Amino acid sequence: MSEALTAPGDGATGRRLAFLLGALIVGVVALAAVLGPSITPHDPFAQDLGKRLVVPFWMEGGGREHPLGTDQLGRDYLARLIYGARISMVIGVLTVVASGLIGTTLGVLGGFFGGRIDDLVLFAITCRLSIPVVLVALAVVGLMGNSFTLVILVLGLLLWDRFAVVARSTTMQVRNLDYVSAAWCAGSSSFSMLVREVLPNIATHLAVVATLEMALAILLEAALSFLGLGVPPPLPSWGLMIAEAKDYMFFSPWVIMVPGVALFALVFGINLLGDGLREMLGTQDAR
Amino acid sequence: MTLFLLRRLAVALLVAMTVLTLSFMLTRLSGDLAISIAGPNATQQDVELIRRAYGLDRPLIVQYLDWIGRAVVGDFGTSYFFRERVAGLIGQRLPVTITLGLVGLAMALAVAIPLGIAAAVREGTWMDRTVMLVALVGQAMPSFWLGLLLMVVLGLQLQLLPISGTGSWEHYVMPGIVLAFSAIPALMRLTRSGMVEALSSDYIRTARAKGLTRFSILAKHALRNAAIPVVSIAAVQLGFMLGGSIVIETVFALHGVGFLAWESISKNDFPVVQAVVLVLALIYIALTLLADLLNAVLDPRLRAA
Repeated sequence: MSEALTAPGDGATGRRLAFLLGALIVGVVALAAVLGPSITPHDPFAQDLGKRLVVPFWMEGGGREHPLGTDQLGRDYLARLIYGARISMVIGVLTVVASGLIGTTLGVLGGFFGGRIDDLVLFAITCRLSIPVVLVALAVVGLMGNSFTLVILVLGLLLWDRFAVVARSTTMQVRNLDYVSAAWCAGSSSFSMLVREVLPNIATHLAVVATLEMALAILLEAALSFLGLGVPPPLPSWGLMIAEAKDYMFFSPWVIMVPGVALFALVFGINLLGDGLREMLGTQDAR
Repeated sequence: MTLFLLRRLAVALLVAMTVLTLSFMLTRLSGDLAISIAGPNATQQDVELIRRAYGLDRPLIVQYLDWIGRAVVGDFGTSYFFRERVAGLIGQRLPVTITLGLVGLAMALAVAIPLGIAAAVREGTWMDRTVMLVALVGQAMPSFWLGLLLMVVLGLQLQLLPISGTGSWEHYVMPGIVLAFSAIPALMRLTRSGMVEALSSDYIRTARAKGLTRFSILAKHALRNAAIPVVSIAAVQLGFMLGGSIVIETVFALHGVGFLAWESISKNDFPVVQAVVLVLALIYIALTLLADLLNAVLDPRLRAA
């Protein structure tokens, strides 16, 4: 990605625009997630069977009362979409915190100490990669029952591989730099070197990975919820909204467009942010 | 070379054993299996009966060793729901999933390689940036949503393809497109960066100096070198695609192992779930091994390592 946009001339402008667009999208969704129900006049859970599948404003018959229409149970689509933003963001952020902790710890330990420890870390990464993520996540949720917390836990425990790979390779580079040797000579302990010298220097690379993983976690949560083994109804997860709308899509396709476009836009925005971040740092390896 | 392969094989076996253990542990997560199998309306006696019938009253370590002993020779037990051998069930469904995977991979390569080359040749131009935008869009597209959109547009509005089901080759087209979408970004970026690197290398300058045609430089010299990582990543990507096909198979009601796994999860049919996880993991392990092998064959420099 990066070299493509570093061309002279309008390349730099395009790159900045892409980053700003990403920031704008993520900012809007984050704001919706924080403010939540307080900014919509409707309750996302309130059903009104007299007003089922009201069309959105851009279609004939749509009104200002329900700008994005209502779903099959007459619930306001905009209110559900905004509440769903909160679910996506919380799942994205918490999953990244959990998987980031696991992956970074493993990667830094492997990269810093090398030898047997590194062999173990590499083995763990190989095992993790050979496990089919979606299938295992579905099976665990299927066994233990749908819940918001479980989805975060499962995704957090499964998505640490890229953190580990990047933390490991960047730690190896940092370890051989002069200031780490200097700290070593000054008598620093391994722990204080890891925390004071290594972590701050690989943090930017990890931030790029974090955006990629957050996007992936949000997509996976939506897929799990879509298949009925993720966030339980009536919570308005965007994936669940698409699943519920699926039966009506042949008659009124807009019902899957609204949550689908929101999901696509958020993931696209996060990826744009990540790419912009990567170019600013000039990192190539954090892919 | 032989040593390198032997070491890779040993690691692959160890990984396979670990996954075997993990997939056993997976099904014991929920606590008492017998209660889950019996269902919500079962009496205490039913549960006891099931516990004994399925051997769940034995110590965990005995169950584990028993399961491993059988799994190693391809015996995954009997499905609770279908009342059939699990190995037979998976054997029936696997061709569908593998066909879907290959169709998806072929489509992905057909799009990713030409676009990746075009982007590299015109590096830094609008062409390059458009191709990278395509990659970003592909990365952000929720596969199940894309599947539904295709069903509405290609299936219902244009009536080009069947909406769902298994049967004819036409049933593989839409799922194939969706699957390809997920693989295109990675393959395209790799082709592009490989070509960019190859085009700026000394041997290309030599080829230019010799006065070779543009086509011959691109196809014979640059692409041959850029293709090495793409070929091996394609094998790994196929493994990921097979693992991820569960969502797509469910959306399109395509009866492969992914669909089987989804059905079995919702019916608490653990022997099947366990076996599908294991089979998909083993296929992935085999494919990464194949990727290493391909790498070594294609790139003589790696054989020494």
